[in-house]
Amino acid sequence: MTGTYDVAVVGAGVVGSAIARELARYPRLRIALVEAQDDVGQGSSKANTAILHTGFDAVPGSLEARLVREGARLLAAYAAESGIPVEPVGALLVAWDEEQLAALPRLAEKAEANDYHATRLLGPAALYEREPHLGPGALGALHVPGESIICPWTTTLAYATQAVRHGVDLHLDARVEDVSQQDGIHVLTTSAGTLRARWLVNAAGLHADTLDARLGHRDFTVTPRRGQLIVFDKFARTLVNHILLPVPTALGKGVLVAPTVYGNVLLGPTAEDLDDKRATGSTADGLDALRAKGRRILPELLDEEVTAVYAGLRAATEHDDYRIRAHPGQAYVTVGGIRSTGLTASLAIAARVTGLLTEAGLDAGPVRELEPVRMPNLGEAFPRPYQRPELIAADPQYGTLVCHCERVSRGEIRDALASTIPPRTLDGLRRRTRARAGRCQGFYCGAAVRQLFEEARP
Amino acid sequence: MTDVRQVDVLVVGAGPAGLATATRLAAAGAGRVEVLDREQRAGGVPRHCAHGGFGTWLHPLTGPQYARLLTAAAVRAGAVVRTGVTALDWAGPLTLTTVGPHGPETITARAIVLATGARERPRAARLVPGTRSAGVYTTGELQQAVHLYEQPIGSRAVVVGAEDVSYAAADTVRAAGARVVAMVTDLPAPRTTPARALDARLRRGIPLLTHTGVTELLGHGRLSGVRVRHRDGRTTVLHCDTVVFTGDFVPDHELARRGGITLDPATRGLAVDSTLRTSRPGVFAVGNVVHAVEPARAVAREGVHAATAVLSELRPF
Ligand SMILES: Cc1cc2nc3c(=O)[nH]c(=O)nc-3n(C[C@H](O)[C@H](O)[C@H](O)COP(=O)(O)OP(=O)(O)OC[C@H]3O[C@@H](n4cnc5c(N)ncnc54)[C@H](O)[C@@H]3O)c2cc1C
Ligand SMILES: Cc1cc2nc3c(=O)[nH]c(=O)nc-3n(C[C@H](O)[C@H](O)[C@H](O)COP(=O)(O)OP(=O)(O)OC[C@H]3O[C@@H](n4cnc5c(N)ncnc54)[C@H](O)[C@@H]3O)c2cc1C
Repeated sequence: MTGTYDVAVVGAGVVGSAIARELARYPRLRIALVEAQDDVGQGSSKANTAILHTGFDAVPGSLEARLVREGARLLAAYAAESGIPVEPVGALLVAWDEEQLAALPRLAEKAEANDYHATRLLGPAALYEREPHLGPGALGALHVPGESIICPWTTTLAYATQAVRHGVDLHLDARVEDVSQQDGIHVLTTSAGTLRARWLVNAAGLHADTLDARLGHRDFTVTPRRGQLIVFDKFARTLVNHILLPVPTALGKGVLVAPTVYGNVLLGPTAEDLDDKRATGSTADGLDALRAKGRRILPELLDEEVTAVYAGLRAATEHDDYRIRAHPGQAYVTVGGIRSTGLTASLAIAARVTGLLTEAGLDAGPVRELEPVRMPNLGEAFPRPYQRPELIAADPQYGTLVCHCERVSRGEIRDALASTIPPRTLDGLRRRTRARAGRCQGFYCGAAVRQLFEEARP
Repeated sequence: MTDVRQVDVLVVGAGPAGLATATRLAAAGAGRVEVLDREQRAGGVPRHCAHGGFGTWLHPLTGPQYARLLTAAAVRAGAVVRTGVTALDWAGPLTLTTVGPHGPETITARAIVLATGARERPRAARLVPGTRSAGVYTTGELQQAVHLYEQPIGSRAVVVGAEDVSYAAADTVRAAGARVVAMVTDLPAPRTTPARALDARLRRGIPLLTHTGVTELLGHGRLSGVRVRHRDGRTTVLHCDTVVFTGDFVPDHELARRGGITLDPATRGLAVDSTLRTSRPGVFAVGNVVHAVEPARAVAREGVHAATAVLSELRPF
């Protein structure tokens, strides 16, 4: 890799990709987005609860509170423009005992402090009217109508796609192993060769502390906090209308039940502090605990088939806020501790980081509007290709279903394989199309999808 | 709204059950009998059962041969077999919406036969914990990978289950040039013929671990092993790059459920009476969608039985 980039962004999660996209607005900058894994969005960004938060329960006055609030607004608009599925289903914080019930008014006040004014307290009758399948014993709820569900895969991919289309170089399978300085330029030793950049942005998620240490900082330590989740089959979707959030208590945030934009229902996450940053496996204890909680919240949920189980790691630190720091002398910005709201805040974080870079002396040059991207729709609330007669008439491949559980057509798979950032694995193809993501997990279509994938490989 | 097309009998699913039903109906002069299948080829599961055991003792057939035979018989009898067409949902009590390369279509019938088959529960639905590494199959996917597409599957496989379909999976692993490290079942003994179990163990040297359950999948990226627990609580790791989850069938009842047709709570298949009528008048169900899982020939015989019931619906005396 020759030449010197103006900015290298390390980590192509939702945060790094958003930063690269934001920087792409400056046509004079040469930008590298450097990712250890074989796809964008392979870290925490692919395995979360996929909620576009309002920030109603953030710590008032914190950086996180502000960036979540701004980010939510920015992302809602961006999603509408780019075809990222969002459903404004709203959330209910359900109180199951007197202590939780007593906490609801305080949460409503906290929402006010966070500039969110639409919450409303519901008594049990109004609650059960909204959620007739809720388990018995709920005492009331706080309604937060602004909470939405979103497709996390399409979000990261849209940012990265738009960045690449505007000239950003995406380096996949390029783990940054070391960083040194030569004549005031960062020299990144990666698993795919050496890369030079004047400015460095650390968006390495769980590994942001390691990279930070390489530049001489001991500002924070990342402790991976695992969240296991169970995805239930589509028939569960009619059981729940809102995101059912637990009331946060001294014992932690608890378990939620949420619809997904793909028409499934999520149950999770657990919260387990670990040492191993690769521990994205599920455990028998974790799944048992989730099922016990789910049975209380939505008893009928447990009768439905499980479609998938996954786990994500939150980049928790010893600090109670994001750690976004500029080190102007080093031409370096760290984006650390983006724990459990980074999807929502991503666009605001990107704007903030760009601001820090220019304040620190990055000469960005003139700015332009980006060409909008239009992403393939993976959401059930919007017409999918198999539901669009005009599309099938123009190209019959959109009427040829390959993945039957998720109703993914051959045309969509073909398009994904020829897209700006084509998938390098079947999992990557799944995140772009939903192929093999359904109840049969490949019993019917697994081999056929693999065949299409292999045929398209160079 | 698309136009509604009228047929006499609409059969959903061109597996052994649907094809046998359609053949008999068409031969008996039931009018326009149309069979839909969402796959590109008719035949259902036998399409990818490359092994024998599908014909009669006198006329042994492999699965694909059997699938072709049943399809040809249906066409010869006058049924219309349409592949690449998915029945999506209901637009009325006896009306289905469909989609295929030609676009959407709404079809209404005097009787509808649901023959949508059954699938094996995959790893996630069995709540087997561990990593999400590659190399995890069901028999259905494995057979298609090996027999329809000649895809490589890895070199060392553990087969979970010890019933007929598990032994078929073990044969498929070997056909792909890989080794079966072990078969694992939490049952006390295999559920197949003694001859088959003995043959696998002695002639093919496949160890069978009974009273043993899979408790965790290991490996990052590619599967590196499965952890199993024996009855006495001991755990061991079986090193492998492939694992096949076999059996644990669940009827493919999605279309029926979308239409509000009653399920049998015990089997999760469709609830039917002795003449294979479902809870919805004019809608019948046959094959693995009713009871997972029966051998293909038993299912085909049931199709004949279903046809008789459909005929009496179409021509009441
Ligand atoms: C269980 C769970 C539920 C959550 N729910 C929500 C939610 O509902 N709403 C919400 O807004 N947020 C949620 N979050 C938080 C959100 O997922 C994260 O804040 C966000 O994904 C963080 O993005 P990131 O880009 O910082 O990190 P990541 O996605 O982890 O990206 C970091 C990237 O850096 C790469 N990398 C690391 N080291 C190197 C290196 N040395 N060289 C090159 N590349 C490197 C990694 O491979 C990775 O791709 C949740 C998180 C979890 C775990
Ligand atoms: C992996 C496996 C191995 C087996 N091995 C043997 C064996 O060796 N010997 C033996 O005798 N039996 C075997 N069986 C059992 C045998 O295959 C089944 O009994 C038989 O195939 C059942 O027939 P069926 O018609 O009910 O279902 P299937 O054969 O499953 O056919 C159902 C058909 O319906 C179609 N369909 C489903 N939904 C829709 C929809 N919405 N729209 C359109 N089409 C739809 C499917 O594409 C499929 O083709 C095996 C079964 C499995 C799963």
